[in-house]
Amino acid sequence: MTGNGGGGDAIVVSAIRKTYGELTAVDGVSFTVAEGEFFGILGPNGAGKTTTLEIVEGLRRPDAGSVTLLGENPWPRKVKLVPRIGVQLQASAFFEKLTAREQLQTFASLYGKGTKNIDEMLDVVGLAEKANTREDKLSGGQRQRLSIACALVHDPDIVFLDEPTAALDPQARRNLWDVLREIRSRGKTIVYTTHYLDEAEALCDRVAIMDHGTILAMDTPAALVRGLDAPAHIMLDHGVLPVDDVRGFTGVDEVKDDGTTLTITTRKPAPVLSALAERGTLDGLQVRTATLEDVFLDLTGREYRA
Amino acid sequence: MNAFKSLSIAGAKGFLRDKAAVFFILLFPLMFLVIFGLLFRDAGTDKIKLAVVGDGPVVRALSQAGVVETQRFDSADAAVATVRAGDLPGAVIENGTNVQLRFAASDQNQSGIVNGLVSSVVDKANVAATGQQPRFTFQPSQVEDDSLNAIQYLTPGILSWAVASAGVFGAAMTFVQWRRKQVLRRLWLAPVSPATVLMSRIGVTLGIAISQAVLFVGIACLPLFGLRLAGTWWLSIPVFLFGMLAFFAIGLLIGSFAKTEEAANGAAQIVVLPMAFLSGTFFPIDRSPGWLQTVSQIFPLRHMNDGMQDFLVRGKGIEALVVPSAILIGFTLVVGFVATRVFRWDS
Ligand SMILES: Nc1ncnc2c1ncn2[C@@H]1O[C@H](COP(=O)(O)OP(=O)(O)OP(=O)(O)O)[C@@H](O)[C@H]1O
Ligand SMILES: [Mg+2]
Repeated sequence: MTGNGGGGDAIVVSAIRKTYGELTAVDGVSFTVAEGEFFGILGPNGAGKTTTLEIVEGLRRPDAGSVTLLGENPWPRKVKLVPRIGVQLQASAFFEKLTAREQLQTFASLYGKGTKNIDEMLDVVGLAEKANTREDKLSGGQRQRLSIACALVHDPDIVFLDEPTAALDPQARRNLWDVLREIRSRGKTIVYTTHYLDEAEALCDRVAIMDHGTILAMDTPAALVRGLDAPAHIMLDHGVLPVDDVRGFTGVDEVKDDGTTLTITTRKPAPVLSALAERGTLDGLQVRTATLEDVFLDLTGREYRA
Repeated sequence: MNAFKSLSIAGAKGFLRDKAAVFFILLFPLMFLVIFGLLFRDAGTDKIKLAVVGDGPVVRALSQAGVVETQRFDSADAAVATVRAGDLPGAVIENGTNVQLRFAASDQNQSGIVNGLVSSVVDKANVAATGQQPRFTFQPSQVEDDSLNAIQYLTPGILSWAVASAGVFGAAMTFVQWRRKQVLRRLWLAPVSPATVLMSRIGVTLGIAISQAVLFVGIACLPLFGLRLAGTWWLSIPVFLFGMLAFFAIGLLIGSFAKTEEAANGAAQIVVLPMAFLSGTFFPIDRSPGWLQTVSQIFPLRHMNDGMQDFLVRGKGIEALVVPSAILIGFTLVVGFVATRVFRWDS
């Protein structure tokens, strides 16, 4: 049901740029998203994620570059195109004083949809109990979930979600992951931004890491981590072994002891682990291999703080 | 359900659930109507009171004339004492053919009226006593429609003012809020045309205006207030609609450039308040200085007010529809056009 041939590109973005006065919010961003792909944009605050998303959605006009959304330029607004995209804006957009169900009913009717699957939608985002609660009486996470439901209510082909899991508790976050995976399994394309790297790793087919308006890296999470060639960290309780002994093991790059934990940095974990096994110190040992977080740290040069 | 209908319903629910808005738009103007209506209910019947002693043709004529209220005293001394105390402006003591008027000269206005009144009654009694037909007849009558008392005047004025505030504040606040809360951007991404969004807001404003009209006119018609609608009251409907549109356009303009709710609120106040005072909502504009009357012509509220009054209570004919309608439509078109030029979906 995508209308431009199965398996094609749902989104083609090339060299878009957007400046606000002196500030360049998006500086030559290019990427493509295939139909049915789950694409994530990661980046610290002010990286330009929202601006990029808004340009792709057709909310903003890029100063330079071009966007093709389902085969069409989204700017200026194409009334034919908008029903095929679902958008959750970073700040929830609701009609004043309407209940959760009424919000969904209103949005559904804007798209000429009936109100049959409203209760199902509420159920999907776990708001069935809050169906008759007014928008201003919902908690931050509940508003967020309602906002996502409003983006999905008309069954769009492409879904844009700007930090959908911000403000959600861990349980709601996991539930939303299931919802997103379910949407994806129905062949929808999802483009979303997040600050949670573990989440991006778990959900996305491909991620783009952005900072200062440019894409620093873009690939599958696994390829990004592999490409990093980052060391593994082996952690032991403090005092299990003397630091100087550990320094002598083959393959150890660095050893740190902060008084509670002894951390071994290594690019060859196998010989280090066997040396530790020989000394019978495997109890309570933890191994941490590189994650997207390390990729992020490496690329942006800053510690990641969600 | 189509987009227009569901957006209108959403807007109406939003309004009805906003207690402060309901109060300011429906109940607050109603309070003015009720309070002023009750305060000035007897304004037209403020009659001069006279003390009377004795019984004869003059005292009887005074009591029946309808212009004075008489208060009967048994003795001349008692009556004069009341006048001296300043409670009554004069006492008429009729004793056979001798009619005495004792009045308080301290209030020159009142004493003049009392003197003239009593002497004219005495003159009439004298003429009647001669048994001849009077040669000259005297026929006074007031130029105003005699039913234009306080409530007749207040109802069209307060209704116009209430519709104006609801239109300006409602439209301005909605669009600023919608912009700030990203509702406008969200609507931009839905397959709904700007015209539909605009029409749905006009629909809500119209619904509110109709409730105001039904409520205010309905209550003013109660016997307690005694509003009597003129025969051509229905001609006020077009004036009412054009007025509502003109104020909606002003609200749209404010909502287009104001960045915050506070700014929109301030701008709406600046527009509505002077207009309300200078357009004859609370006091008749024809009693103010000429230059002020000229200035007030620039306010759409003045024209809505005049039009509403002409048809609701003065019973003017259809020809009186031309001027207010033309001005209000022109105003709507010009302001509405400017508003759509400066309107922003985004902050
Ligand atoms: N309307 C605007 N006017 C001026 N500057 C803006 C505007 N919108 C965004 N910016 C600036 O552009 C930059 C990128 O903003 P953007 O909202 O795209 O970041 P983001 O990656 O979404 O950040 P966050 O993670 O905080 O949501 C920021 O420095 C921001 O200050
Ligand atoms: Mg953002």
